[in-house]
Amino acid sequence: MPYPADYKYTKEHEWIKADGTSATIGITSYAQDSLGDIVFVELPKVGSEITAGKTFGTVESVKAVSDLFAPATGTVTEVNGDLATAPEKINKDAHSAWMIKMTLKNPGELNGLLSAADYEKFVAAEGGH
Amino acid sequence: MGARMVDFNGWDMPVEYPSAGGIIAEHNAVRNGVGVFDVSHMGDIRLTGPQALAAVEHISMNDAAKLGIGQAQYSALLYPQGTFVDDVIVHRLGEDDYLLVINAGTREKDFNWVRDNTRHFDCKVENLSDDFTQIAIQGPRGVDLLQKLTDANLSAVKFYWVTHGTVCGLKNILIARTGYTAEDGFEIYVPADEATSARVWNEVLAVGKEFGVLPCGLGARNTLRLEGKLPLYGHEISDTINVWEAGLDRFCKMEKPEFIGREALEKARAGRLKRTLLGLEMVDRGIARDGYKVRDTGGDEVGYVTSGSFAPYLKKNIALAYLPPEFAAPGTEAKVEIRGQGVTARVVPTPFYKRPKKA
Repeated sequence: MPYPADYKYTKEHEWIKADGTSATIGITSYAQDSLGDIVFVELPKVGSEITAGKTFGTVESVKAVSDLFAPATGTVTEVNGDLATAPEKINKDAHSAWMIKMTLKNPGELNGLLSAADYEKFVAAEGGH
Repeated sequence: MGARMVDFNGWDMPVEYPSAGGIIAEHNAVRNGVGVFDVSHMGDIRLTGPQALAAVEHISMNDAAKLGIGQAQYSALLYPQGTFVDDVIVHRLGEDDYLLVINAGTREKDFNWVRDNTRHFDCKVENLSDDFTQIAIQGPRGVDLLQKLTDANLSAVKFYWVTHGTVCGLKNILIARTGYTAEDGFEIYVPADEATSARVWNEVLAVGKEFGVLPCGLGARNTLRLEGKLPLYGHEISDTINVWEAGLDRFCKMEKPEFIGREALEKARAGRLKRTLLGLEMVDRGIARDGYKVRDTGGDEVGYVTSGSFAPYLKKNIALAYLPPEFAAPGTEAKVEIRGQGVTARVVPTPFYKRPKKA
């Protein structure tokens, strides 16, 4: 699964795609593959404030519960309601099955995140996928 | 094989086989067709000799005297307090020949317990755990799959009976119609050397192709046994939980004059049950996980979840929990505490899943 070059990535395996001050967030293909069959997603409400590095939700596979960590600080503007009834969409295509959209407080924050190439090196070192 | 491995009580074990489709696909292969598990981590203790039966009767709660040669029974080893050393399957292999199959995490403890508590009987106790690789072939098509690899007439073997036969060219292999999936199936015991185990494993997968066999890991084993309400040591049963609480009454034969734990259980039976193992189904969104607290609708803590998961065949979020007996009526509501929030669940009859009776 290729990692889109126009996304940024965290070491906690989230991706973020920014366009000016608005951004879309999800988890990476590596994350969904490590978790296995995803059966539950808990996401914040529209209007919630989320903070870079802090948890903003939960994703559960059959066997594991994992926190979701915000790649950036800002306000949630949209939540992908499809994932409540069809969380397996994340397994099918993690890089298009977005979780939330947000308004960034400081778009410059994203400069500290990993590029697609750096993220690929990072996961190769972590687990060799 | 592309298995995802995990350390399980010191064993490097497959949790799932992502290339085969992962836990949900593995689980449903067992419900609808056939799945194969490497369960060589299970332990085996053999008791032989003139007093083997007396020894087994002393250390286990079910009545091994009722076993015919070739028959097996679910049972448990108990502490004097009536709580669990482990649950076991007792197989009667011959006149004075019994095989106890025990759990991985408790192998050493179990063997020491059996040896120490059978010293005054005229019988030999052997730990055969390292001699066998146990392979479980589970699901409604398990019989058809295994029949292709053996000369033994499997249709003549009833559930919880065993036979011996040639399997994959290996002579005199123990074949038991047992399992831990709430499905029909077999467990075979092949020599533990790696080349032999690997060859049998690969042959099972190869001949199983026409039945859609999938290799299955511990993840599916856990969800399958949960749907069937089969207890797991350290969860539904432990050294602090007694037989009555665990609801395993029908495997505990109080009419036997003596066995370890009997006296305490006699006393406990006269008193009031403080907690009982109940099935929960989540009403609101959320998955109850092992160890989560359970509260009554007023918010008071009343119990805890022993095992909980998304149930792949039933497609529901289910759990087993210890709760006060007044919650036992199906439909009773309770709140499972999930990340600080009380999420509504209701008590449902168990087992959650029962395999359909053959027509």
